[in-house]
Amino acid sequence: MAKQHVSFNLNGKQVDALVEPRELLVHTIRETLSLTGTHIGCESSHCGACTVDLDGKSVKSCTVLSMQADGSELKTVEGLADAEGLHAVQQAFIQEHGLQCGFCTPGMLIRAYRFLQENPNPTEEEIRWGMSGNLCRCTGYQNIVKAVQTAAQTLQQA
Amino acid sequence: MEQTAEVQDREDSLKGVGCSRKRKEDARFVQGTGRYTDDFKFPGMLFADMVRSPYAHARIKSINKEKALALPGVHAVLTADDLKPLNLHWMPTLAGDVQAVLADEKVHFQYQEVAVVIADDRYIAADAIELVEVEYEELEVLVDAHRAMDSDAPVLREDLVGKMDGAHSKRVHDNHIFNWQAGDKEATDRVFEQAEVTVKQDMYYPRVHPCPMETCGCVASFDKINEHLTVHITSQAPHVVRTVVSMLSGIPESKIRIISPDIGGGFGNKVGIYPGYVVSIVASIVLGVPVKWVEDRMENISTTAFARDYHMTGEIAADKEGRIKALRVNVLADHGAFDACADPSKFPAGLMHICTGSYDVPVAHLNVDGVYTNKAPGGVAYRCSFRVTEAVYVIERTMDVLAQKLGIDKAELRRRNFVKVEQFPYKTCLGWELDSGDYHTALEKVLNAVDYDALRKEQQEKRAQGELMGIGLCTFTEIVGAGPSRNCDILGVGMFDSAEIRVHPTGSVMARMGTITQGQGHQTTYAQIIASELGISSDEISIEEGDTDTAPYGLGTYGSRSTPVGGAATAVAARKIRAKAQKIAAHLLEVSENDLEWEVDRFKVKGVPGQEKTMKEVAWAAYNNVPEGMEPGLEAVDYYDPPNFTYPFGIYLCVLDIDKRTGETTVRRFYALDDCGTRINPMIIEGQIHGGLTEGFAVAMGQEMPFDEQGNLLGNTLMDYFVPTFVETPHWETDYTVTPSPHHPLGAKGVAESPHVGSIPCFTSAIVDAFAHLDVTHMDMPHSAWRVWQKVHELGLDTPA
Amino acid sequence: MIPSEFEYHKATSIQDAIAQLGAHEDSKLLAGGHSLLPMMKLRFAEPPHLIDINGIEELRGIRLEGDTICIGAMTTENELIESEILQQHCPLLVEAARLVADPQVRNRGTIGGDVAHGDPGNDHPAVMLALDATLVLHGPDGERQQSANGFFLGTYWNDLQEQEILVELRVPVIKKGVGHGYSKLKRKTGDYAVAGSPVVIELDGDVCRDIRIALTNVAPMAIRAEAAENILRGKVIDDALIEQAAAEVLAVCDPAEDLRGDVLYKSHMGAEMARRSIRAALQQARG
Repeated sequence: MAKQHVSFNLNGKQVDALVEPRELLVHTIRETLSLTGTHIGCESSHCGACTVDLDGKSVKSCTVLSMQADGSELKTVEGLADAEGLHAVQQAFIQEHGLQCGFCTPGMLIRAYRFLQENPNPTEEEIRWGMSGNLCRCTGYQNIVKAVQTAAQTLQQA
Repeated sequence: MEQTAEVQDREDSLKGVGCSRKRKEDARFVQGTGRYTDDFKFPGMLFADMVRSPYAHARIKSINKEKALALPGVHAVLTADDLKPLNLHWMPTLAGDVQAVLADEKVHFQYQEVAVVIADDRYIAADAIELVEVEYEELEVLVDAHRAMDSDAPVLREDLVGKMDGAHSKRVHDNHIFNWQAGDKEATDRVFEQAEVTVKQDMYYPRVHPCPMETCGCVASFDKINEHLTVHITSQAPHVVRTVVSMLSGIPESKIRIISPDIGGGFGNKVGIYPGYVVSIVASIVLGVPVKWVEDRMENISTTAFARDYHMTGEIAADKEGRIKALRVNVLADHGAFDACADPSKFPAGLMHICTGSYDVPVAHLNVDGVYTNKAPGGVAYRCSFRVTEAVYVIERTMDVLAQKLGIDKAELRRRNFVKVEQFPYKTCLGWELDSGDYHTALEKVLNAVDYDALRKEQQEKRAQGELMGIGLCTFTEIVGAGPSRNCDILGVGMFDSAEIRVHPTGSVMARMGTITQGQGHQTTYAQIIASELGISSDEISIEEGDTDTAPYGLGTYGSRSTPVGGAATAVAARKIRAKAQKIAAHLLEVSENDLEWEVDRFKVKGVPGQEKTMKEVAWAAYNNVPEGMEPGLEAVDYYDPPNFTYPFGIYLCVLDIDKRTGETTVRRFYALDDCGTRINPMIIEGQIHGGLTEGFAVAMGQEMPFDEQGNLLGNTLMDYFVPTFVETPHWETDYTVTPSPHHPLGAKGVAESPHVGSIPCFTSAIVDAFAHLDVTHMDMPHSAWRVWQKVHELGLDTPA
Repeated sequence: MIPSEFEYHKATSIQDAIAQLGAHEDSKLLAGGHSLLPMMKLRFAEPPHLIDINGIEELRGIRLEGDTICIGAMTTENELIESEILQQHCPLLVEAARLVADPQVRNRGTIGGDVAHGDPGNDHPAVMLALDATLVLHGPDGERQQSANGFFLGTYWNDLQEQEILVELRVPVIKKGVGHGYSKLKRKTGDYAVAGSPVVIELDGDVCRDIRIALTNVAPMAIRAEAAENILRGKVIDDALIEQAAAEVLAVCDPAEDLRGDVLYKSHMGAEMARRSIRAALQQARG
């Protein structure tokens, strides 16, 4: 199948790629654009390891066609930190020991980043519901909840 | 006092043992720069994908590769016939059996590897596997382990017909793998015959899967010019992989480099050697280019390493006061189509004979029969130490049944039977020596913390109102840190582990271990051990693992063995360095080394204030000013063969409520007290416990791998296979006591698996307890809403008020 | 887990989408994609053409027209949840959407895709039945309107005709004396329902003037429990009547056994969800 041209803004940079119509966004990001922070955990839109921010919304990039991202604004875990350093969610995950093997972490972070914009001052229950599209096998979630709370406080104070 | 504060400051600045140091690993993981196996990409790399059997038991009549080979971008399609000339169509397992790399004339389980396609990328490979035409002739399927040794059961392993000398015992049936026993059968039977009270409980521990977030995979890269093989692989035991690959391929170990990069969780899933690894290596050698294989989630759950699948019967003989007189355990072990259990070679049922638990049991007998069925091979230690999870489950469940029969509270029954603190080290009747423990203190701490009596009173009231509230208790002893090489080896290699520490001239440190972290935070905690031993800040200590070209040989990380074995090697290696450093310091200070005393980060001349040399000063001197006759440098290696296992323990208590209308369970409270001896990093310990409890919750409440009568696996996606989310996972309360191991250099015991091992029987205990007043003694896992409702419905409790 | 090859077409308007459906044999519409793409990855579905309707603005949005709420078929689950119009005038849809899948999937999954896909586990078909919704369908011959009642014919089988597109869903605003109830049992976040039941009750004083009890995932398709409704309609509903109605719900359930439960459990859960929803709806209707 002939490859087609797509272009989008990825972490603030305009990028182009040639993709098969069937190519999944997570593969374009990881293979063609070589940003391997976004992970593949289940390929069936359950685990959330492949979560990216697409036009201001969290989506599972294993279940979005790259063609569908044409013209969009994308952010992955690699785009969270800026010149001033780590984003508050990244700092909070370190601070609260919200990660162990690190495999789910990029998806967790990019989801937490968006969730805290949707709900800047969440309760524990709201965090648990808001993050429920991301699975983790190591932490039991408790410290991730704490990390999101800590990040919320930091962002509120900023 | 001022001096004490100064010393304390220096000690704190080391960030050594006991400190909740933030993790060194995290910076890369939070920025997406971790490097996992699938992140590696090399020029010319091809991609492997498997053609798998839709049938659980069938003869392969033909395989036609033509259409697949005609697809542009396909480089090769390999079957067992292609591997035969290399003698690689079968491979040895860790358990003394053999396993088909690619199905040889017959498939033995659904999703078995039948052929491998090598293509330009994973899209073409996915298309090509659809084009490989395989013709099967279906055979009678054996799913039920209880039927395996029936006279009319279909014979699964035609390659073993007539070979009745098994790897571990005589085989009594073609589908029999081994019989294994521990303890004194006659003496045990005698006690049972004369006992005042006996109880007997059948229970099934379902087949489950570790299901780490990252699936298994590898990239094999064979350099034809230098005849050098490099494999990036998701392995919890890279050095063992190197040995096995060398044995299989004939390539010397010195020309094989195995790299376990960042690993996205293991939990036992990444101990084994899988066909995908072998065919990638073969393909790379044949084609001369790197070949990547990464399984998808369905392949992961279906084929690489199940756990458990034990049909168990626990029996206790006791007196009327509940004092245990004897224990009898019978197990029928379903090992699937090939015996690929990952256990120390001598133990086909792992460490199942730790099943006397935390109790003073005078005599016991354990009998295990392993059988073949048409299911995937595996039998790995899923966040546990070689079947200790099954052992703890059977003893803890049977203890509850005894308490119920005698009408003695289950906490009180345990008080009466615990090994007492003064009995340690305690030799169990099945041959283990429990190193240390204080069970009574820990139990009282937990009962007080939750106000156990008040909970029981509340339960009485709830029962009077027809509500279902359960209180679960589990008082377990683990056995971890495999293990002493006199009884533990993998393929003949003793289960020691190793550390190599180099102190550089400016006093920073590089250390390498034979273990491999998969989330446990070794880069953080090993550095803390060295920091405390050498008086060098852990921030100046780099830890590397997982590259067999640089790390010393070790058996890897599983069975909570890193701290008990690798951690001990690290401490001992550091002590070797400190001993040499002391000689150098004495030389520099012109005193006898016996005149020196160690204080945090320096040697001081006893009784002479100000006469001292810091470790950093000594490190510099080690490269330019050593005593005559001493070789320069400051480094040491230790291969640590532990004198014994370590025996962490814990007291877990669970309170839950059951919705009678739906069968849904709400875990109201879960209190976990763990004693892992000396605590190296409390933050990491607590994180490990949260994770282990959550995995235990998953197993107890929902995980299973159900098969239909045709051997079809019914639930192999994350829709059906229960991995709880933020919403379902309970809140965990943790607590601890500290009873150091007397034989470990640091007194540390290991912790990561205790919460998994201990929580599972605790959940069952709580679920059953909710029905205990209705004479229910046991309910099999998983305690899903559906299953719990079935009990509710059977008892007629769901009729509307 | 890689889909077969297909040609991708981006539709620019409803008319364009209808034309493309006609032009490409065996083509499929791509809405949120969270049911279709997983099936394609497993190669259970291998459409040669996908027509992406995500770019069609006229398929999005929620607006109030008198007593009717008009919901564009491509409105996502999260847009339903966030809609002030729905929060105020049709809380049932908000409640149902909140329990669909997980937050990320709700950003992609659409109400129209959910209604048209045909999986009995989808949640919105039963909600549409309970709300007595009208579906607006566009085809080569123009627009037609179809009551949700009668649209769902079986598993992956509904009244959508060749080349037809579900364009809009119309539901009535909740009025005084009307109450909504929604209950759903699932094994975990992200799972389909073991059983679900949306219920709408209209009260006339204490008397139940009308009631619609719908059920998710306990039959080959979303269904109404009409016998149960008949027991309650025209009566002052009390616990004894609810039990009678629940018994009728139990009787009408015809679920497929799977890992969520056997026929007995799922049927009982259908009845229990209906029981809960009737109570909740009644309470809301009483104000």
